[in-house]
Amino acid sequence: MKDPTLFAAGLVTLSAGTFAFRFAGPVLRQRIAFPPRAERLLEVAAVVLLAALVATTGLTKGHGFAGFARPAGVLVGGVLAWRKAPFLVVVLAAAATTAVLRLLGIP
Amino acid sequence: MSSIYRTLARGTLRDIALACLAVWFIGLSYGAIAVASGFPLWVPAAQSVLVLAGASEFLFIGIVAAGGNPLAAAAAGLLVNARHLPYGLALPDGVTGPGPTRRLLGSHVMNDESVVFALAQEDLPRKRAAYWTCGLGVLLCWPAGAVLGALIGSVIGNTGAFGLDAMFPAVILALIVPALRDRRLRRAAAIGAAIALAATPFLPAGLPELLALLALLTTIKDRKTT
Repeated sequence: MKDPTLFAAGLVTLSAGTFAFRFAGPVLRQRIAFPPRAERLLEVAAVVLLAALVATTGLTKGHGFAGFARPAGVLVGGVLAWRKAPFLVVVLAAAATTAVLRLLGIP
Repeated sequence: MSSIYRTLARGTLRDIALACLAVWFIGLSYGAIAVASGFPLWVPAAQSVLVLAGASEFLFIGIVAAGGNPLAAAAAGLLVNARHLPYGLALPDGVTGPGPTRRLLGSHVMNDESVVFALAQEDLPRKRAAYWTCGLGVLLCWPAGAVLGALIGSVIGNTGAFGLDAMFPAVILALIVPALRDRRLRRAAAIGAAIALAATPFLPAGLPELLALLALLTTIKDRKTT
């Protein structure tokens, strides 16, 4: 939020672009055949971006290591999600693990 | 609305309600995290209505909060949201329409949940009913959760003590876990995460996530060899 104009431009770009993606599908449906390979590539790209975000926000702060409490919480959440625990349980367990570790003095 | 209740099976309505409840809760954590990251309340409020795509909003907030360029953050968010194009191609004609006004709103309420519920129904009237019920439900629940979360977040001063910073990556991880059960996707995701982590000490915020897309090259090589 250092530059409000730039921030607003980013927000508008994301909103308008997202709507364009949503609107284009039904309109294009009758006219073109979308190759399944491209569809698959988009899916992989989304997962890779989000996985990278999990890694950077879970493990780093600024340009360095975030400390142990946060990654431990994320790991607990990840294991629970893998074992098909309800979403609410996953998120609260992650926060609770991190909070308890910090309470014990682990950064 | 009464025709929708007659059209949809009770089990489907219950599932849609549960999905909307989950969306509301993710919205709650989104609003709280946005405020904890230093954004004023209007940011999650406006984004939740205008963008209406959770993962990309988290991504945008995360990159900008870490000091990244908002336009780079928007580009990353748009890459995540590009999946809506094939969604729209997969929906049968007449689900989002008819008529220009309904088509505009019908496009805006296109999301992971509404598309999944629509595709699971047998005929067009049921597909349309499920799509709109879920889409409008998310349109209400996501912003409502985000605003309430932002209000709660601004009341709680020290969010670090409550482990709120661990909620954000945990939310995203929970969202991609179903995709990670696929071995190839899991490998691409792991390589992408490793690239982003290795780049974080050297690159400005936002770029490591985009650089992670190099992991896509491994999946292309896969296809040639198999």
